Amino acid sequence: MSLRNTVRAFPSLLRVGFSEALAYRAELHVWVLSTTMPFIMMALWTAVARDEPIGPYNAEGFVGYFLATFVVRQLTGAWAAWQINYEVRQGTLAMRLLRPISPLWAYAAENLGAVPMRVMVAVPVAIFSVLVVGEQAVPREWWGWPLLLVTLLGGWLITFLANVCIGTMALFMESSNHVMDVWLVLFFILSGYMFPVSLGPPWLSALVDWLPFRYQIGLPVEVMTGRHELPETLLLLARQWIWVLVLGTLAVTLWRRGLRRFAAYGG
Amino acid sequence: MISVRGLRKHYKVHKRPPGLKAAFRSLFHREYTTVKAVDGISFEIRAGERVGFLGPNGAGKTTTLKVLSGLLHPSEGEVRVDGHVPRHREEAFLKKIMLVMGQKQQLLWDLPPAETFELNRAIYDVPQAQFKQTVDELVALLELEELIQKPSRQLSLGERMKCELAAALIHRPRVLFLDEPTIGLDVSMQVTMRSFIKAYTERHGATLILTSHYMDDVAALCPRIVVIDKGALSYDGGLDALVQRVRPEKRVMFRLEQPVEAARLTSLGRVVSHEPGSAVLQVPPEAVSATISRALSSLPVTDLTVENAPLEEVMSELFAENKARRASVAGEVGS
Repeated sequence: MSLRNTVRAFPSLLRVGFSEALAYRAELHVWVLSTTMPFIMMALWTAVARDEPIGPYNAEGFVGYFLATFVVRQLTGAWAAWQINYEVRQGTLAMRLLRPISPLWAYAAENLGAVPMRVMVAVPVAIFSVLVVGEQAVPREWWGWPLLLVTLLGGWLITFLANVCIGTMALFMESSNHVMDVWLVLFFILSGYMFPVSLGPPWLSALVDWLPFRYQIGLPVEVMTGRHELPETLLLLARQWIWVLVLGTLAVTLWRRGLRRFAAYGG
Repeated sequence: MISVRGLRKHYKVHKRPPGLKAAFRSLFHREYTTVKAVDGISFEIRAGERVGFLGPNGAGKTTTLKVLSGLLHPSEGEVRVDGHVPRHREEAFLKKIMLVMGQKQQLLWDLPPAETFELNRAIYDVPQAQFKQTVDELVALLELEELIQKPSRQLSLGERMKCELAAALIHRPRVLFLDEPTIGLDVSMQVTMRSFIKAYTERHGATLILTSHYMDDVAALCPRIVVIDKGALSYDGGLDALVQRVRPEKRVMFRLEQPVEAARLTSLGRVVSHEPGSAVLQVPPEAVSATISRALSSLPVTDLTVENAPLEEVMSELFAENKARRASVAGEVGS
């Protein structure tokens, strides 16, 4: 599909994604409830750190960290893996394939279309975080703000592209929902969602640096809460975008190969 | 316009008997079987032609349509649609075709059809003026005015199918693939859809391939039919010629002023039905005039009509013939 055609149609796809998110607002609220794990972790870790800091985090630091985690999770969420699985199994992917625009762009737009609704949930939490922990809740240096946006975009792209890779596996193995379950377990443990990755043993922190999960949640949260100096932030940002490129290439390759096997069941 | 040569589409399917034991066994050892959905068919369709694909369930009609629209990659053979190889799914190709499947939908489920129309306008890059003209035309012809602002999920099946068809025509495709477009619709809605599709193809010179289990759809829309059975092409030609070949006998339907004895009818031809006020006879075509004159002189006839056998019966006979032929070939190979 031509890039020109895609660029021209993308705003309409985004508008439809937003309209659908509005239509599914009840479901969105339930999803938001299912992402409240950071609040639970915040209660646990602040209790543990009440008497003395754990690593670089005191109780206030944990509050700022986990409120930021909640905000980042809202803004980087994607569900394309379940969508693709469902559409491959039902054969409804066929209707997307008939249009002169890659379904991957359509999935991206539908997932991004929900972001404004999620911003409405995330912003009050971010404001609350500033009121509670002060300047620790947001970047303290001017460069932190643009880099936060770049890391949020990178985090969303890694989440979305991993979803596409796993969803596309349904074209090879009939259903890949359980692969997504495995991915989610690793994500919860290794992304910084349940504890800051710097608190793990050195071998785990080293491993986490080379896996994609930290760059979905941990890095944007660390940039938001001002945990790194500029050189370290840029190094981590480079690693994040290498993962974006790797997963992007993998997603497109799997998608192209998988479509040859698409059986368009039903009808 | 459409050229298909030696098309084959074979699937490898996991075969498993029912039961828990078989389920456990399939964890370690899987048996596969090859299903020949389409097995070497060839045909050509000229621009502007309307062709009906007929065949029993599982014959390979829908698979052929999916290959023609680029959804499936053929296992073998050469397929071209207006100069394009469908499996390449080029933008120019996708802008020329549409596929409506009665059991699949492209309408956005929670949004009104007008949103899908607008989305298709953007995706197919339809100029605003042409879009407005097309939508106005579709709304008027398909009587959609009340429907396009309601969420799709609140529409009835018939209303939704009309909107599906309209959404698929926003970009004015030149090739229409319709798979069971009237499935589940009531008779008046079927008539509306048929007359609309016919008017569209005539007005835009569009090529149509239609599959339908409603023979009335095929009879009303398609001067040419292609019969596919067990993945093979068993007939390609005019509808009338098929009827002449398979069931040349005519049906003579009499309306009777008063009841007559069955014996008086059997002397005229094979009795298909006999009611107190009517009777239907089946007679060879060369005997129609003689039968009519004998009936008029011997029966209290108030009205009569002569027709071909119903298409459903013709098709059922053709499929039975094909099945018998396959069984006989298999028997010869076995012996």
